[in-house]
Amino acid sequence: MTDFSDFSWTAENAAEAQRLIGLYPPGRQASAIMPLLWLAQYQMRDETGVAWLPVPVIEFVAAQIGMPYIRAYEVASFYTMYNLKPIGRFHVQVCGTTPCMLRGSDDVMKACKDKGLKKYGTTDDGLFTLTEVECLGACANAPMVQINDENYEDLTYDSMTAILDMLARGEMPKVGSQIGRTASCPDGGPTTLTDMV
Amino acid sequence: MPKLTVDGIEVEVPGGATVLQACEAAGAEIPRFCYHERLSIAGNCRMCLVEMEKSPKPVASCAMPAADGQVIHTKSEKVKRAREGVMEFLLINHPLDCPICDQGGECDLQDQAMAYGRGANRYEENKRAVTEKYMGPLIKTVMTRCIHCTRCVRFAEEVAGVEEIGAIGRGESMQITSYLERAVTSEVSGNVIDLCPVGALTSKPYAFQARPWELKKTDSIDVMDAIGSNIVVGSRGAAVLRVTPRINDDVNEEWLADKSRFAIDGLAERRLDTPWVRVGGKLQKASWAEAFQAIAAGLKGLSGAEIAGVVGDLCAVEDMVAFKDLLAGLGTTRIECRQDGALFDAGEPAGWLFGTGLAAAETADAILLIGTNPRHEAALLNVRLRKAVKKGGAKAFSIGPDVDLSFPLTQLGDDAALLADLPAAVVEAFAGAQRPMILVGMGALKTPGLYEAARAAATRLNVVRDGWNGFNLVHTAAARAGALRLGLAVDGGINALMGDAGVKALFLLGADEVNVQAGRFTVYVGTHGDRGVAHADVILPAAAYTEKAGIHVNMEGRVQRALKATQPPGDAREDWTIMRALSSVLGVKLPYDDLIALRARIATEWPDLATDGLIARTATLSAVTAPPLRGPLHHIYSNYQLTNPIARASPTMAACVSSLLAPESREAAE
Ligand code: SF4
Ligand code: FES
Ligand code: FES
Repeated sequence: MTDFSDFSWTAENAAEAQRLIGLYPPGRQASAIMPLLWLAQYQMRDETGVAWLPVPVIEFVAAQIGMPYIRAYEVASFYTMYNLKPIGRFHVQVCGTTPCMLRGSDDVMKACKDKGLKKYGTTDDGLFTLTEVECLGACANAPMVQINDENYEDLTYDSMTAILDMLARGEMPKVGSQIGRTASCPDGGPTTLTDMV
Repeated sequence: MPKLTVDGIEVEVPGGATVLQACEAAGAEIPRFCYHERLSIAGNCRMCLVEMEKSPKPVASCAMPAADGQVIHTKSEKVKRAREGVMEFLLINHPLDCPICDQGGECDLQDQAMAYGRGANRYEENKRAVTEKYMGPLIKTVMTRCIHCTRCVRFAEEVAGVEEIGAIGRGESMQITSYLERAVTSEVSGNVIDLCPVGALTSKPYAFQARPWELKKTDSIDVMDAIGSNIVVGSRGAAVLRVTPRINDDVNEEWLADKSRFAIDGLAERRLDTPWVRVGGKLQKASWAEAFQAIAAGLKGLSGAEIAGVVGDLCAVEDMVAFKDLLAGLGTTRIECRQDGALFDAGEPAGWLFGTGLAAAETADAILLIGTNPRHEAALLNVRLRKAVKKGGAKAFSIGPDVDLSFPLTQLGDDAALLADLPAAVVEAFAGAQRPMILVGMGALKTPGLYEAARAAATRLNVVRDGWNGFNLVHTAAARAGALRLGLAVDGGINALMGDAGVKALFLLGADEVNVQAGRFTVYVGTHGDRGVAHADVILPAAAYTEKAGIHVNMEGRVQRALKATQPPGDAREDWTIMRALSSVLGVKLPYDDLIALRARIATEWPDLATDGLIARTATLSAVTAPPLRGPLHHIYSNYQLTNPIARASPTMAACVSSLLAPESREAAE
């Protein structure tokens, strides 16, 4: 598989694709384009180690639902969740929107850069791709990054550096808040409803 | 019928109209970029903002349905400020490169910035820049100029039916591109040049050729196909620099096929600009007098029965009448116009016209194509058929080689026998149809008996009925309908004529699609050193369609007039004047000395050719018996581009062919 023109679903994904298409009324199969592209991107990750969508894969998906290629390509290029270029093993998406920015996303970004990551580029060892993204919906635990499918929250320069080090060593850092709070519970314990009434 | 008030004027508009249309009805001018009458509404440029009472914000008039009791203001301070604001935003990223932009002088953005914009810009950041996109040999792109109106995207999808242009990326990074920057594979792609309100999409061959105000604009009729598209010829001096469409809803709407728009550079190539005479087997330049003497010598001793003529595909009616009169003077009426070898009853017009009419074709509800590929043969007809299928839900079937017509089509196979034994699906679709159409291509008509079979099928499927004529021949030659009206056809068609050893002298009037054998005295009158001159003994240089005033009859029988835009090159002359001059030398002087007299002569014998409108025809078709048929049908053209001497001489058409053979594609830009 060099140019990916022989891409086709695995048996399991073929069934999943059918299920996704079936979610929409007949004649509206094109609506399934987003979940299908997402599925294809995962399959690419599983098969090649890199989660991205080469053109032939987009065309494969478009053909399955009878969508003109350009329309599928428009969708794939519109959303940043689809990678049109190969990415590194870890896709580090640093949120730079206001809440994260106020809480120190600049430090997080600096930690990445100091580790040799390049914005919108991939490190030479193929491990890290760095992108700056807009709000990922975890503002309560700002600043945060998303690395592949996991969120890392309440970051500082040091904790971000540690996470990158662990990933580089092949270890799996603890996901979620890096300061030990559960989900987005208040830092330092509850502030309301402290007593039973 | 909603009634509303625009700037104090009460107007009533048809249901479904928009506020923008209501404003126009009230005489108010509304600036716009994305809105276009013939495309779907996008509502994305916001230039058409107007003030509507009871609405807190200005509304986009193009996307707002007109409703009873609306009170609209288009001249208020609020509207003025809204327009200025939109304009300022549009100009934030638009380059100020008007001096080197081909759209300059006919740019909507330029005009509307002057009319509705603020004088100065307050934006001091860097402008964005967009990389060029390759769209093929016809369309030049400067995508930094694009204002994202998406007219081109909508045209490709909705009218051309090739979904190959799109908007990739989003926000500030949004870019318009053809898919993977490949050439757009449409025969009507050039229309995006007219549609683009800015200079993002311009004509590649016309790049940096002229400013619009330098061009002399002449109303004319296109001859690249038999649609009879209304065109404006833009010329400077002797050069035709561009051709653009004129609006005619009955014929070409507002579109033009690519060949009509781009083959014009062939008008300057390989032209015959002096007479030639073959002496001792070699062609030599000659004077008109020498050439005429050579013809007189060549015809010496020949009786009328030994002389015949062939008229070509691009001739005007005047040329053909003078040609017919000249040959009549020489004692022959054997003239054939069906160079392609098509065989059909050339008598009663109803039997060979595109009977339904071009505009009515888009209302058809059942369509049967027989050996025709309208995309190549009449690209704008295909646009109409596409509308019938996509908008009207017509069912379309095709007998003939498989084709992609950009709309859903049931391919029945290419066997002529299918005509006598139509599949049940066709019979069923036609039985339920109100406005059924049969379209027969010239390629199919080369098969003897096919015409009769098509007529019989037309009778069986009942396509000609009260108030509706569904029997159509898809002509490809601009001159064909006019020639047939003049009766320029012989029994057995072109093959009978060319195969007749009794024909000792042959006159070719711009006939370049026939195979002329050596061995008879051949006179070629025409424009290009193309196929027709190969075995000619005398060559007379004539005027191309832009170089003469002429009457043209399109495939539906519509009589239209073209005006003269430029002079023919060198010694070339308008065809009818050549006939007139030659007639004196041959002693059969034609009785007209100017175009007015010639047209008067036409009016006496064919009054319908002398008035604009449709030529006369009967409303019914007689019954015919069809012989049994078998064997594959073919299309007349193997390619769209190289179908006549002008197109074959055109470097742009040649570039189109090579770009199809070896597509020049580039990776999609990020
Ligand atoms: S290229 Fe022209 S027509 Fe197409 S979106 Fe841009 S401005 Fe509009
Ligand atoms: S702002 Fe960063 S997650 Fe919402
Ligand atoms: S013309 Fe109305 S939004 Fe563009």
